Amino acid sequence: MSDVITNILVCGIGGQGVMTAAEILAQTAISKGFDCKKSEVAGMAQRGGVVTSHVRFGKRVWSPVITPGTADLLVAFEVAEGSRWADMLRPGGVAMVNTIRLVPPVVSIGLFKYPDDPVAQMRAAGVTVYDFDAGAIARDLGDLRLVNTVMLGAIADYLPFPASELEEQIVGRFRERKPAMVEVNQRAFEAGRAAARARAEGIKAAAS
Amino acid sequence: MSAAVQAKPQSRLLLSGNDAIARGVWEAGTKVAAAYPGTPSTEILESLSLYPDLYAEWSVNEKVALEVAIGGSMSGARSFCAMKHVGLNVASDAFMTVTVAGVVGGLVIAVADDVGMSSSQNEQDSRFWGRFAHVPVLEPADSQEAYEMAKYAFELSEAYNTPVILRLTTRVCHVKAVVEVGERLPGVISGFKSDARRWVMTPANAKGQIPAQIAREAKLQALGEASPLNWLDAGSDRRVGFVTSGPAFMHVRESFPDAPILKLGLTYPVPVALVEKLAAQVDHVVVVEETEPLIEQELKAAGLSKIHGKDLLPRLGELTPNILIPAIKTFLGDPIPPTTTYPKIDPFPRPPTMCAACPHMGVYYSLARMRKKVQISGDIGCYTLGAGHPWNALDSTISMGASMGIALGMDKARSEETKDKAVVAVIGDSTFLHMGMQGMLDIVYNRGNVTTLILDNRTTGMTGGQNHAGTGKGLKGDDTPRVDFVKLVEALGVAPERIRKIDPYQLPVVFKTITEEINTPGPSVIITDRPCVLSEFYEKIKPYEVIDEDCTGCGNCINVGCPAITVKRSEDKLRPDGKVNELKFTTIDTAMCTGCHMCVDSCGPKAIVFAKPRVAAE
Repeated sequence: MSDVITNILVCGIGGQGVMTAAEILAQTAISKGFDCKKSEVAGMAQRGGVVTSHVRFGKRVWSPVITPGTADLLVAFEVAEGSRWADMLRPGGVAMVNTIRLVPPVVSIGLFKYPDDPVAQMRAAGVTVYDFDAGAIARDLGDLRLVNTVMLGAIADYLPFPASELEEQIVGRFRERKPAMVEVNQRAFEAGRAAARARAEGIKAAAS
Repeated sequence: MSAAVQAKPQSRLLLSGNDAIARGVWEAGTKVAAAYPGTPSTEILESLSLYPDLYAEWSVNEKVALEVAIGGSMSGARSFCAMKHVGLNVASDAFMTVTVAGVVGGLVIAVADDVGMSSSQNEQDSRFWGRFAHVPVLEPADSQEAYEMAKYAFELSEAYNTPVILRLTTRVCHVKAVVEVGERLPGVISGFKSDARRWVMTPANAKGQIPAQIAREAKLQALGEASPLNWLDAGSDRRVGFVTSGPAFMHVRESFPDAPILKLGLTYPVPVALVEKLAAQVDHVVVVEETEPLIEQELKAAGLSKIHGKDLLPRLGELTPNILIPAIKTFLGDPIPPTTTYPKIDPFPRPPTMCAACPHMGVYYSLARMRKKVQISGDIGCYTLGAGHPWNALDSTISMGASMGIALGMDKARSEETKDKAVVAVIGDSTFLHMGMQGMLDIVYNRGNVTTLILDNRTTGMTGGQNHAGTGKGLKGDDTPRVDFVKLVEALGVAPERIRKIDPYQLPVVFKTITEEINTPGPSVIITDRPCVLSEFYEKIKPYEVIDEDCTGCGNCINVGCPAITVKRSEDKLRPDGKVNELKFTTIDTAMCTGCHMCVDSCGPKAIVFAKPRVAAE
């Protein structure tokens, strides 16, 4: 095993499933024999606040937090949150962004403005962004809660282990408790993976 | 959580520090465990309660939790209590004397500091209790160490006849890391043996024991110098040697892989001789400790030279690599590597909010309407969010249960300007039972002119919904006697006609009741009775929606503060007096709305009605 550490930052809003997604990534890493640390600061964040989870794995992980500018992957469950944490990425890192816009009360009452196009801001900053509507995919599959699986599917091709390992970690959880949900989660995983690939290819084609 | 409970010895698990501590405490053969919830320590007892063959409770406050653990220890059972940093302030009276009396069964106190203050009112450093109370302090750096030290702490406690502090920080409690667990030791209870000279702390008895406490500290000092918990990681770059403990060690190790590091796990008493050994090998010693310079000052007091610490590093917050690297490189005159490649994008803040249908909103909506006429003394809980938008209806929050004492002080210190203002205290059910009752009694006893709002939502909300003496359920969800708040405040001396129990969802009733009580002299209590929307007691009704044609854009419903209500369109309107009025036309997220109807009562034109059931799209 090389000494390289993989750093994944998952971000979103309290209640969106950020911590669950990070947990699944961490469990997959451990099942592959990696040392792993997963860190978040909970507390008041559960009241609609910002949530981030740092997942780090490799041969030996020391600090539980990702140093700004060293994240390999940013997984954003909400688009403005993606922009908030984009500077955590290393050069060449990828931001996988769900395009849903969740407007907080401080914006709603007019104290602050929600940016018109956070993805454009990220691109203007030089960040590689693959953005798509994970909620629409989940809704098409019949259950909005599948967003989590869709997002994990989307990053599956960017991990140092085969996508099937991550898929098995997700599906395994349902196999024990809710076997009826196995197939739809497999479909959500593959749909997320396909959406990310299509987006990446589209952006590369537009750039060339 | 259950994975750790069922885990066989030698299995490798991904555990939070809190879950790892619970496993270590259980494996130590502990028989008694108690706590009051407090971020970031809460999950320790929640996790412990799932293990067999151990008594675990939510206590009414941290002092009682420690006292329960002391009673267990006196009875010869390994005993444990957990709290957040400020909890030990509450428990300190018992703590500062049990440290003289010592232990029979091992007595371990886990104290979790909120370094970086994610959910606390201050950032105090609990390691000082070690010096203050002459007890050893263990500081784990990650989950594996938390598990191992939790187990070892009981052995240390019994061997040296002392309570032991297990000092945690948020980055230990809430970080998940790989832990290899072991086996439970047989828990044995030797039983209480009467020994008044030891346990009855009259001055004569206490004086008799203090020499032993002093002698113990000298032995602990020697232990610190030899303990395998304090070890040197020799490095090749001898310009700086680091002395560090807790999660700061992980950040140092990550940032300076070639530097010598003295890693301390037993941090009080400070092993000065070990640091001297390190100092002999390096040009400079830098102490990397989060928050206060405790180790640094001990080393300087011992006369060591070339010691640095807070002259280079901040006193506030975590000492993560992005803080450490530039600080140390600057000190050494090394070039500072660039950190981030991409510029920071700062979209808008997203502060925590109350939940949709939170019963606290009805109270703050009403208080905001009478804001100019009241001073509002607040307390610790979800309702501290009343200080934020759109209510801005809180004037002070200091500590658990402080709302009423502070309100009484405000009442007794009125100026010409504030003499006609009403003084209101706002406190939650769990906080009232924790430390609030005495403040209420003081208001009654001293004829205070204060109206106290007890927001009874039948849970300890901010820490994630734990049971307490007012919910009728124990730590394990078992039925227990439930405090009757009306009878309780009546027993404290509030006149029965001045105790009002209301439904916070009925906005006109809330407004009228508060108005009546603040306009009548003398102590009064208003108890709001609605469960937390996240609790098992909450029942959803039907969602509401806004009829667009009827909405006038007045924005009253926005002032309720419910996150399910958002502005969908704004429009400037010129008023007859020439001023511009911003109209806000709103919509309700029917998936979030629970049908509490507070917004309905706030809406003049009656534009908010039950949502029509949606016909499934083809």
